Amino acid sequence: MSLFKSSFHSDDMTFLGKISQIAWGQIFFLCVLASIGFLSLYSAAGGSIKPWAEPQILRFCFALCLMVLVAITDIRWIYRLAYPFHALVIFLLLLVDVFGHIGMGAQRWLDIGGMKIQPSELAKISTILCLARFFHGKELYEIKQFKTLLIPVAMMVVPVGLVVAQPDLGTGMAIIFCGVAMLFAGGVAMWLFLAGIGVALAAIPIAWQFMHDYQQKRVLIFLNPESDPLGAGFHISQSKIALGSGGVFGKGYLKGTQSHLNFLPEKHTDFIFTLWAEEWGLMGGLFLLMILGLIILYGYWISFRCRSQFARLVAFGLTINFSVYVLINIGMVMGLLPVVGIPLPMMSYGGTAMISVMIAFGIIQSCNVHRDSRLPKGL
Amino acid sequence: MIERDQEKSESFTRRAFIIGALQGIALSALSLRLGWLQIIEGEKYRTLAENNRINTRILPPSRGQIVDRFGVPLATNLQNFQILVIPEQVEDLEKTLHDLKTYMAVDDASISKAIKMAKRNPRYMPVEVRGKLNWDEVSAIELNLAKLPGVSIQQGDLRSYPYKDATGHIVGYVGRVSEEDMNGDPLLSMPGFQIGKSGIEKKYEDGLRGIPGKAEVEVNVHGRAVRELARSASTQGARLVLSIDAEYQRFVQQRLSTERSAAAIVMDAVTGAVYALANHPSFDPNVFTGGISAMDWEQLRDDPANPLNNKVAGGLYPPGSTFKLCTALAGLEAGVIDEHTSASCPGHYDFGGNRFHCWKSGGHGTVNVVRALAQSCDVFFYKMSTQVGIDRIADMARRLGLGSDLDFDLPETKAGFVADTAWKRKQKNKTWHPGETINASIGQGYMLASPLQLATMTARIVNGGKAVKPWLAGYEDGKRIYQVDNDDLGIDSFHLDLVRRGMEAVLQSGGTAYAARITENGMEMGGKTGTSQVKRITKAERAQGVRRQEDMVWHLRHHALFVGYAPISEPRSVCSVIVEHGASGSGAAAPIAHDILLEVQKRNPAIKAMEKV
Repeated sequence: MSLFKSSFHSDDMTFLGKISQIAWGQIFFLCVLASIGFLSLYSAAGGSIKPWAEPQILRFCFALCLMVLVAITDIRWIYRLAYPFHALVIFLLLLVDVFGHIGMGAQRWLDIGGMKIQPSELAKISTILCLARFFHGKELYEIKQFKTLLIPVAMMVVPVGLVVAQPDLGTGMAIIFCGVAMLFAGGVAMWLFLAGIGVALAAIPIAWQFMHDYQQKRVLIFLNPESDPLGAGFHISQSKIALGSGGVFGKGYLKGTQSHLNFLPEKHTDFIFTLWAEEWGLMGGLFLLMILGLIILYGYWISFRCRSQFARLVAFGLTINFSVYVLINIGMVMGLLPVVGIPLPMMSYGGTAMISVMIAFGIIQSCNVHRDSRLPKGL
Repeated sequence: MIERDQEKSESFTRRAFIIGALQGIALSALSLRLGWLQIIEGEKYRTLAENNRINTRILPPSRGQIVDRFGVPLATNLQNFQILVIPEQVEDLEKTLHDLKTYMAVDDASISKAIKMAKRNPRYMPVEVRGKLNWDEVSAIELNLAKLPGVSIQQGDLRSYPYKDATGHIVGYVGRVSEEDMNGDPLLSMPGFQIGKSGIEKKYEDGLRGIPGKAEVEVNVHGRAVRELARSASTQGARLVLSIDAEYQRFVQQRLSTERSAAAIVMDAVTGAVYALANHPSFDPNVFTGGISAMDWEQLRDDPANPLNNKVAGGLYPPGSTFKLCTALAGLEAGVIDEHTSASCPGHYDFGGNRFHCWKSGGHGTVNVVRALAQSCDVFFYKMSTQVGIDRIADMARRLGLGSDLDFDLPETKAGFVADTAWKRKQKNKTWHPGETINASIGQGYMLASPLQLATMTARIVNGGKAVKPWLAGYEDGKRIYQVDNDDLGIDSFHLDLVRRGMEAVLQSGGTAYAARITENGMEMGGKTGTSQVKRITKAERAQGVRRQEDMVWHLRHHALFVGYAPISEPRSVCSVIVEHGASGSGAAAPIAHDILLEVQKRNPAIKAMEKV
C-alpha cells in the first residue's frame, strides 16, 4: 500500500469528486443506444414489452449501477487484479470445455449456483487488462524486441484456443482482433505485423481444417450467398431484403413486414440492426451508426487523456473490443461479412453480453476518472 | 523516466490514430453500404419483400357437372383427400416419400412420378403423391404430421361417374395434366389438377373447368398463411345437360353385352338428340381419375375387342347393304330408276368380263326398288349403279351425312370416307373403274362409315330429307348449344317415301329382317340390314366346305350392321347397330335393333322436355 501512496496525487479523490470526473457524455450515448435497443425489442415482440424489452430494461438499470461502481473503482485495484483475474478466467474456460452447458450447438455456459456465467465474455476483458498491464511494465525498446512478444502472445492465444474449442469462433476472433490492435498500439515493431499478416494468411488453410461443418458452410455461403437462398444463405438474403426494403425513411415503427412475418431470423439478437433499419430506414440506420461512432470516439478521447500506459491501453483495448463487435455485427447483417453469430452490443437481447459490455465501459470510465493516476512498473 | 513515458505516449497516440482512422473508414463503409442497400437497390428489395410477404394462391374451380336429359348426374365431384409434399420444405424428398409408406399405401410408381413432378415445378409448388385417401390413412397422417415436415393433406375434388362403363364412351374421363397439355396456365400446374382427356369431358373442357379464384395471403417464412388479404372466389364450371337418357343408355349397354364386340346409337330423327350411344366392351372412367395402374391400362389397351375404342363415332366400316338406301336415292334422283323399274336377278351380274355375285346364289327373280331393298338384292343395285355413276352416288352419300364428322360432340369422331372419281384421280392418279362403282353400290370398296353416320343417314331419310345432325350436349349453363333448324337436303319426298317403303318391307314377310320385326301395335319398325365384308371366302375355303360365315374364326367373320327407325307411321327414333364379326346383319344386329327401338318407344325420352340447367 505504501507503494501507492508515495507517488500519486489523485488517490484521495472523494466519492463525489470521482462521480464528477465520469465522462457522462459517453454514458448518455450508451443510454440512447440502449433505448434504441428497447424500442427494437418491443417491436420484435410484435409491439409487446414481453418477452424481451422488459427484462432487457431491468438488466440495463442493474448494469448501469454496476458500471458506475466500476467507474469509481480505483484503477490501481484493476491494475493489480489484471493477472489473477486472467488466470481465473482461463480456469473457468477450461471448466466450460469440460462441464459446460450446451446452447445453440456450443458449450458456452457455466451454471454456478443457479447463476449462468459465460466465461468467454469475461475472457475478452481479462485478456485486454492482462496485455495492458504487460505493456505498461515494459519499455518501448524492450517491446520492439521479438522475444518480449512471446508472453503477450501466450496471454492471448491460450484463452482464444479455449474459446474456439467451445466452439465460439466469433468471440475467439474478436479477442484476436483486440489483442493484435493492442500489440500494435503498445508499440510492437512494424515489421512483426507485416510478418504476422503473412503467417495469418498461411494459417487460413490450416484453420479451415479445424473448423466445424456449420462454420465452413457459413464461410462458403458468405462467399456466394445466392447459391443457397433458402438454405444457410437464407439469413443473409432475408436480412438484405429487410434492410433494402426499408428505404430512406423506413416502413414505420412496428410496421417492419419482414421482421414481423418471421422472414428475418434471430431478429431480437444478431439481426436487431436489420429490424431497426427496416422500420426507421436509412435515417434511423445512420443515426444509430452515428451514436455508435460517438461512443467509440469517446473511448479514444479517454485513452488519449490517460497519463499511464496501462489506462491508455485498457481504454483503447475495450473501445476496440466494442467497435469490433459493432463492425462485425453490422457488416454481417449487411452481407459484407460471414454470419458468425456475434451480437450487437447493448442492443441485442441477452443479459450476460449487456452486463459484460457495461462492465467494460465501467472500466473505460475508471480510466477516465483515474486518468492522472500513476501506476508502478513491474509487479 | 519522464522522457521514456513521453515517448511511449506519443507512440501510442500515433498508432491509436492509425487504428482509429481504420475504424472510421470501416464505419463510413457501413454507412455507404446501408445507403447502397436502402437507396440504390431499395426498389429491388422492396419488390422482393413484397413477394416474400404476399403469396398469391390459386383456388381451383370445381368442375362443372354433366347430367343427362332429366338432370341425372353422369359426371359429378366427390370429396377427395390428397397427400401433398412441398419439395422446398423437405430435406430429402425421396426419403420423406418412402417414410409415407408407414402410414399409407404408396407404390414406387407414384413416388417416382412425384419426384419427376417436383423436378419440373418450382420448389415451393406442392406435389401430389396420391389421391383418394381413405379415412384411416388421413387420420394416420394427420396424427404424424409433426414427424413429416413439408407433408400436407389437401381436400379436393375427385371426378366420379355414377354410371361407370355405361357412359364411359360418352362423358369420357379426366386425368392428370400431361406435359403436352401444359400451356403456362398456372392452374394446370396445381397438384392433382385434372383435365378432360376424352369424350364430353375433353370436348367441353373450357366450359367444364370453370374459372379459378385467387387468394392473396400474407405468409411467414415457412410459407404458412398468417392472414388472408384478398380473395376472389372461383367459379364452378358450366353444368352440361346431355341429350342422353341415362337409364335407357344403361339398357342399351346391357343389351349389347350379349355380344363380344358391338356398338349402337339411338337418336331422334327430327332433332338429332342422341338418346343412347353405347359400345361394348366399354371401360369404367372412374379408374382413370385416380391415376390408372399400369396393369389395368395394359389390359384395356391390349383387349382385342378394343374397349377404349368408341366404335359408334370412331369405328369405320364398309357400310355394306345399309348403303343401298343411298344408292337407291341416287338412282331415283338421277332418273335411272323409278318405282316401276324392275330388274331380274339370276344371282350374279356380269360386267366388263367380271362376274359380280348376289349374296343369294339362286337369285331373287324380278325385283323393283322396294323389293330390292327388302330382300337386299345386290344385282338390282349393280345394274343401276353403272348408269348412275359413282359421282352421283357419292354426292347423295355426302348429303346424307357420310364422309363428314357431323360436328359431333365427341373428340373421338372420325369423318369416314366417301370415294369418287375426283378423289381417285387426285390421290391415286388413276381413272375410276366402273366395276368399282358396282362394288360401291352395295357399300363395299373404298367407302368407310361409322355407325353414327349411318344413323344420321337413316334419320335424314326418314325425317323428310332434313339435314339433321346428331348431338349430345344440349345446354351449357342453361344456354342452348345445339342446332334446331335443319336445312332441307332437296331430296324429292316421293323418293324418300319409296325408300321408306323398302325399309318397312325389310321387316315384313319376305324381308331380310322379318324375324326381328316389332309386333307391338303402333311401334313397328323399319330398317335395313347390312353385312360388311372383312374377308372374302376364298375359292380354297369354298372347296373345303366353308360356306357360311359362322364357320370362320371370329376375327375374320363379317361385321353385322343394321339401321332402323320406329315407329313407321311417324318415324321418331333412329338406330344404328353394329355387331363386330357378327356374321350377318339380319341375324346379329337386327334383334338388338328390335330391342332397343322397342324400349326407346316405351320410355319415350322425348315426351318430357329436356332439363335446361
